[in-house]
This record gives sequence, structure tokens and C-alpha cells, in this order.
Amino acid sequence: MTPSEPSPGHEHGASAPSPPSGGEGRGEGAPPRVAAADVSRGDSAPLTPTLSPPKSGLPDLGTNNAELGQARVRVREEGARIQSDYDVVIVGAGPAGLAAAATTAPAGLATLVLDENAGPGGQIYRAITSTPVQKRDILGPDYWQGEDLVARARASGATFVHGATVWSLDRDRQIVVSIGGASHGLFARRVVLATGALERPFPIPGWTLPGVMTAGAAQTLLKASGVIPDGRLVLAGTGPLIWLIAAQILRAGGAIEAMLDTTPKANFRRALAHAPRFVASPYFAKGLALQREVRRKVKVIRGVTALRALGDDALHEVAFARGGGAEEHIAADTLLLHQGVAPNVNLAMAAGVAHRWDARQLCFVPALDADGNSSVPGIAVAGDGAGIGGALAAAERGRLAGMAAVRALASERAPGAAETQAARRALRRAERGRAFLDILFAPAAAFRLPAGDTIVCRCEEVTAAQIAETMSLGVEGPNQLKAFLRCGMGPCQGRMCGLTVSELIAQARGVAPDAVGYYRLRPPVKPIPLKELAEMPQTEAAVNAVVRG
Amino acid sequence: MARDYDIAVIGGGLVGAAIAWGLAREKQCVVLLDEGDIAKRASRGNFALVWVQSKGLGLPDYVGWTIRSSDQWPRLAAELQEQTGLDVCFERPGGFALALSEAELAARAATIERIHRQPGVPTFAVDILDRAAIEKLQPGIGPAVVGGSFCPLDGHVNSLRLFRAFHLATTQLGVDYRPSHTVRGIKYASGGFRIATSAGEVRAGKVVLAAGNANATLAAMVGLHAPMRGNHRGQIVVTRRMPRFLRHPVVTVRQTDEGTVMIGDSYEDASDDARLTLAISAVMADRARRMFPILENATVVRTWSCLRVMPQDGFPIYDQSEQCPGAFVACCHSGVTLAANHAYDLAPMIARGALDAERLAPFSARRFHVQKAA
Amino acid sequence: MFKRLPEVAGATVAITIDGAPFNARAGDSVAAALLLAGRAACGTTAVSGKKRAPYCLMGICFECLVVVDGEGARQACLVPVRDGMRIETQSPKTEPAA
Repeated sequence: MTPSEPSPGHEHGASAPSPPSGGEGRGEGAPPRVAAADVSRGDSAPLTPTLSPPKSGLPDLGTNNAELGQARVRVREEGARIQSDYDVVIVGAGPAGLAAAATTAPAGLATLVLDENAGPGGQIYRAITSTPVQKRDILGPDYWQGEDLVARARASGATFVHGATVWSLDRDRQIVVSIGGASHGLFARRVVLATGALERPFPIPGWTLPGVMTAGAAQTLLKASGVIPDGRLVLAGTGPLIWLIAAQILRAGGAIEAMLDTTPKANFRRALAHAPRFVASPYFAKGLALQREVRRKVKVIRGVTALRALGDDALHEVAFARGGGAEEHIAADTLLLHQGVAPNVNLAMAAGVAHRWDARQLCFVPALDADGNSSVPGIAVAGDGAGIGGALAAAERGRLAGMAAVRALASERAPGAAETQAARRALRRAERGRAFLDILFAPAAAFRLPAGDTIVCRCEEVTAAQIAETMSLGVEGPNQLKAFLRCGMGPCQGRMCGLTVSELIAQARGVAPDAVGYYRLRPPVKPIPLKELAEMPQTEAAVNAVVRG
Repeated sequence: MARDYDIAVIGGGLVGAAIAWGLAREKQCVVLLDEGDIAKRASRGNFALVWVQSKGLGLPDYVGWTIRSSDQWPRLAAELQEQTGLDVCFERPGGFALALSEAELAARAATIERIHRQPGVPTFAVDILDRAAIEKLQPGIGPAVVGGSFCPLDGHVNSLRLFRAFHLATTQLGVDYRPSHTVRGIKYASGGFRIATSAGEVRAGKVVLAAGNANATLAAMVGLHAPMRGNHRGQIVVTRRMPRFLRHPVVTVRQTDEGTVMIGDSYEDASDDARLTLAISAVMADRARRMFPILENATVVRTWSCLRVMPQDGFPIYDQSEQCPGAFVACCHSGVTLAANHAYDLAPMIARGALDAERLAPFSARRFHVQKAA
Repeated sequence: MFKRLPEVAGATVAITIDGAPFNARAGDSVAAALLLAGRAACGTTAVSGKKRAPYCLMGICFECLVVVDGEGARQACLVPVRDGMRIETQSPKTEPAA
């Protein structure tokens, strides 16, 4: 599949919204900053017959429908300037966002999808429209399955803007997005947050050394650039993703020194109760096949209970131990770590969406109803950001959130009860086996609750020992800890340390993480240039609030 | 479970913690009652100034009280460092208020003059400077700066580290810190106080209300009056660390010891500290970069809003109860600036059982001309 | 230590990293280019000045902040390479204040 070209008139740079005055003058010879944005519109031509209809059974509205034609005119953009308000704004173009767009736009809702990457697919289908990895068996069928979803979303009539970072969303659904060096405010009647997941922190001694990366990072390198680690490669952790990347690297011709499996032995017994549903799910056969594939070529060491990454300025060795055994060492240039993923909560929490602790997935998840509606009216969360469920479940959640938006804004075009039930059934099917995976691959406490000099907050270099010591000041939660130690104050805004900190406090206090809470998050949800903030609209009231003599 | 203490300090912020530390240094047995992780906590949201120049318009005695604290601050910083090992990075290089228009400069000059013309105000220097004079002291100001006011007594501190230092110092001196003990009621009986909290009853011989805006509610329980606002919302913008460029704090822009730049300041009549007004952040960011063009390249990592602790007229309230002897109230807007006075002056007075009438009478709530609660 | 799969084709994109020329490929992120060029240690920590390299490659960890064409604090993993792009890994903005 060739990477798709932007359609004529939408060349990079020409079609992005122009920044306010001052944005053009960047000096001679400097490439325009706006090139980072890729504004492409869904092709309003009818769906090609070879694409299968949405699995949830939404009716194909077709293009003979005059009403739909009018709706498509409404969503068509003049130039590439984004509007100041939309029926539906979807943040994230991974499976959930794509499915939501493919549901709301054909129903005639003015739909805008904002994604910070260069193309659609999120993480699981990263670079699916542009990957240079032509041999399809390297990335595997689960990856290429995303093509269909992308195509339908692009044909839906939704407006896609890439290189777009949403950094503010409030309870009134006012959104601020940064595109090409300028920030724009807009309003949405409905918001679907589909910002997905992030890798769980894996705080081991030395995890901040150059040479240590996540399994997901290696996947992105492979998908987007056709690049694999060279030299001595060690993988460590637990969870389906680490087996997948191992298999993909091997298929691509890479070599792996060892796979250090940190799956706690006790998990096998605890997961047994959920085994029947797992065996009946699509994941079972795939998982077994993957593991067999990897074990044929790679030394797999199970029951790893301790890990250290060693080196001065860069990784040169991985130390590990099993049970109470002696520490062993493997020379390594690259260490890929993975122990599951967790929802990326920052935008949802900053918008005021209530979250709760999920004791099985060991992370904070938004409190949602069956359609993904959150505690904030008009804001829904879909995909892995709603709770880890994988790509298929993410798409179904996106569909359900989209259907709810259509019901809310264009009830006459809303899917009927039968379609909705079919979508819910599809979600349940996609989630079958999830409990087993969650329990089997639940990361060990030792790897979630570091001690000593192990860095917890990477940005501010706060160690576990500093946190333990500061707990003696009667710290009840992460916000007081943040005030005392600066953990969570760096540019990542707690994404790399939030779960660890909440769990460490819970452990020290002897309570559940739900009682401890999480960092209070506010905009900007990602760091933004001060000049962009300074160039946002200033009201008279705001000026009076600041300039007070 | 009820415990007996000499003094219960209600409120674990900078005011309560400073007083508790001072009391512990006077060998008092102290319990410090505090809320949980999420609370209004002006102590975590302030601008960290130790500020003199614009204080006291309407209450001249406040000027002297402020200068006294500024003068005692070096001692506070040194003693906290000696005791805890934490350097709160207090410095008093002199501070500015910068004007971006002639009208702003004129208004500033007028305010300063009015402060100094009040009877009883001590003499201290606040100079109105033009742009050239400011540039000599603080290079890097932008062309939009027309002038400003400068006071050599102005300074700043790392107020979060101060907060931590006070909590560490009080713990080291044996103060019993009890978080998640929100106070629901206070009863005065037989020469002592029974404090009902969300986690049980606490008994103490004396009680000090240092709960910020909540003092308004608590005061009535002990025959005191502490009218507070509670709707005085301000916002702050913070950048990533930058190379040192700002040697003097400006009342709306300061560079911390860590290198981050804090930008303020705003006032809205609002009480929800979970909300932000984006346009205000935009105005503040815009003014800051006009004051210091180097900020064009800064990266904003965080913004927040916070409710200022604000007595009705903006000035501190220090009082002791006649109805319930042993009950004291202490609240003020400038918990950072006044920390030294709270530790070194107020705490010993409370330990002795009586506020120094001469020094603190101007700050009594009697000034609000209300009948004390029956 | 990273290598490109041999079957990967695509237009060459000429960039400079700290002044040194490097040939990336259209579709690479700046972070991928840094890894391929052996210049992964693109940042130093604000507190102790330790070397850091990209960790997550998806915009979460902020270890890949570089200066792109004079603009600082850009996440290299989210910036696609362009012909003539100038990348600088030593950003004065991350130096601790004097």
C-alpha cells in the first residue's frame, strides 16, 4: 500500500491555518513551521465497493440521500481553516477516534479529528498510511487490519488535522489546539477523547539511561521508519506487546539476546479462573503462536524478579535475578522495557472528568457509562483511554461514543436499538479474555513500587528514597508530595511518574490508590510556547483582571 | 481518640506551620490540624514574594509590620536551613513593579505616594524610575517598559521549599501533624478547647485559627470575628527552566532559584480553583514577554488558579478571644512575607497567652466595627 | 544502536544534527533520525545534568526535546524530518540556572 498523498491543494504548508501576524517572518531560508500540520479532508466520494461495511451494522447511508449530501457540504472546508465550532471534536486518530469519526460524520455531524501525529492510526496502527515496511508479514495481520478503519474514517466526511496538539479542554467543551506554531480556540457540542494509552512506568535502577526504551518505542521505529535495534538487544517485562515486538523484530531479521520475562509466577494461578473465556477469545491462539515463534529463536528467562540497567552515560549491561537467586548479567546496547499500558489521563483529568482506580488493571480509568459518557456533560472517552482493551475494543468504544453523539445531536439519524445492541455485543466480544490478560500480565509490585535511589520522577530526578523520607511529613497524597519534592512538575506532567507516585503513597499509608488520588492536572496538558499563549485572544475583562494599577 | 496538647493550631499552611514552629521553639506541646491532599492551600499556589513596596494603603501600621518581617527574614531562612538542611533560597535584591504604559506608571507612582503620605508610615525607599534607570539595574527589559517602581526591601523565596521546611522543622521539634483532620466544631469548656474534627476529637489548652479563608467560619465558634473574602482568585503561569536572566523579582514576573519563571498576577471574583480563565493567562503571558522579550522563547509547562487568603479589607487579622480565652486567630494575605513575624513575634505572644496590644491592636477585627458575636 | 531494514526505500531527507549532516528518510521523526545517527543522547536533565535519550517515541516522556530550526523544546518524536532541517541537541534552556 503506497503512502497516501495529500490531495491537490492540500500540500504540506499550503493548507495549514496561517498563524497570526508574526508567524510568517521567521527569517530567510527557514522552512515554514506550518509544514508540521497536515490538513486533509475526507474524500466525499462514495465508499468504494471493496470496503466492508462497519461491523457494528450501522446502515450505509449512501450518497443518493440528499440530506447527507447537504450535510457533507456543511462539513466541507473552505481552504483549510478550521471552524470555531463543531458538532463533534474527536481528539486522537487511533482506532477509537477513527471509528467515532466514521460514525458521526456520515450521520451529518460536522466532525473534526485532531491528532498530534503526522498521520492516522494512533499507536497500534502507527504510520499505517505511510509505513515503509512493505512485507506485510513483518508487522502482522492485526496491524494491517487498521487499513480498513482508516479508509472508512477518511471517506466519512470528517475533517482531519494532524500535527495538532490539544492542550486545553474545559467543562464547557472549549478546546484550544496548537497547530503549526499557533493556538486556536474552538467549541464542540460533543467531545470524544480518544487519546489512548501510554506505557506503564517501569522504574528500575538505570531506567533513565540512554539505550533503555519502551517496547512501544521500538514498534514505532519499525512501523514509521523501518528501523530496528542493532547490536545487543535485551527485552524485559510482561504483557502481549513485548511478545509482539519480539516477533516483529525477529521477522524483520533482527536478533535478540534474551527475553527477561517478569510475569509473576503467582499470576498463572490467579488467572486460571478466567482461562475459559480467554481460550474462547481471539487472543488465545494468537498469543500462543507469538510466544512459540519467539521462543524458537530467543532465550526466554522466566520468573525474573529483579532488574537493573547498568552504564555510565549509556546502557552497557542488564543485570537480573530470579527468585532469590544470584544476580546475572547480560551485555546490552539496547534494553526494551514493557509491563503493560495504562490510560493517558491527562487531557480527560484536566477537563474535569472523574476517574477511579481500577484494581485489576492497576491504573486510573475514567468513570463512564455504557456509551463512554463521562462525568462532564458532552465529553465522552473512548478507546484505551477508557480502560485498556486493545484495538478491536477501542474501535467498538469509538463507535458507541459516536452513536451516542448522533443520538444527542441528530436523533432522527441515530442508529436504532438493534444497531446499538449489536455494537455493545461487538464490544463485549472484543473484550472477552481481557480479564485473563490483565491478571496474567499484572506487573509485579516490585516493578511498580521502586525503592532506594531508583528514579521515580524522571523529569525532576526524584528518587523513591526521597519520596519515602518525605512521607514521614504526613503526606496524604500526590499533590502535597509534588509541592514538597517537585515530582510531577516537569514537562511530562506526571505521565511517567503519576501511577508510581500514587501507588507508593498508597503503600506507605496502607490504603488503596483510590483513597490517595492523582495529580491535579490543568491546561496546558502539553507544554506550549509562551508566545502561543500570549497570542491567544485577550478580552477586556481579562485585561482588567490583570492590569489593576 | 482525644489527646491533650498545650496548643492546637488549625491550618497546616504557611501561617499555621510558621506559628506551630514558633510555638514548638517556645517548648509548647503542639498539634497541627490540617486538611487532606486536595484543599484550597494557598500555600501551594502563591507567588512567593517577600514584598514591601505596595503594602499598607489604608492601614499604615501594616507597612511597619511588613518591613519588620522582611528584616527578620534572613534569620528565618538561616535558622530553617540550620535545623532542616533545606535552603529556602531567600534573597532580597530589591524588586520592581513594571509599567507598560505611561498611565500605568502614573497610577503606580500615585499609589506609592499615597502609601508614603499616610501618617505614621515609616520612611523607606521606593523609587519611581524611568526605563533607562531600570535597565541599568535589570538588563533585558523590553522596549515596551516605560518605567516602574523599585524598592530595595523587596525579595522572594522558594515558597514550596519554605512550606516543606516548615513541615520538616515542626516534625523535628515534635509537633504532632494530623492531616485529614478537617475541623467541624470547637467548644470552649473549663479553660480548654474540644475540637471536633473529621477524624475524631482533639483537646488543647489553647487554639490558634490559621485556616485561611475558613477562619471566617471557625472564628465564630470561639467568639471571634474574621471576615474573609474567599472569592479572590488569581492565576499563575509557569515556564520550564531557563538560563538565569532575572536578578530582581518583579511583582508579576519572577525567576525561581530552579530557573523556572513564574508569571502573574490576576484577580477575578470567583471561587472555583479548579477552573481557569484562558484569556487571563494570555494577558499575563503577553505582558510578561513585553516586559522581558527573552520570554518569547519560553515554554509554559503549567498554569493554575488559586484562591488568595484575603481578609475583608486585605489586611491581617490577629485577635484573641475575650469570650473564650486562649483562642487566637491569625490570617493574612501575605503568609510568605509575614512568616518571620509569625514565627518570631506572634508565636511567643500566643505561648505567653496574650497578643501584644500595642503592636497588634491595629490588626484586630474590632476595626470592622461589628458587634462581637454574643 | 539502530539500523534501517534493507528493503526500506524512500526519499532521502538531508538534515543537520548539531551542525553535522545526516541523511534521514521521508517519514522519519527527528527522534528516529537521532537514533539512527547515533546521537540519541539529545538531552540532559535539568537538575543534575545527566544524559537522556528518547524513551517512549510517542510524545509522553519528553526526553527527546530538541531545538528545531531555532525553535526550542520541540518533541523530536513528533516532528517529521524536512529537507534542510537544523536539529540542535544542546539546548541552553535545559541548563540549570547559574
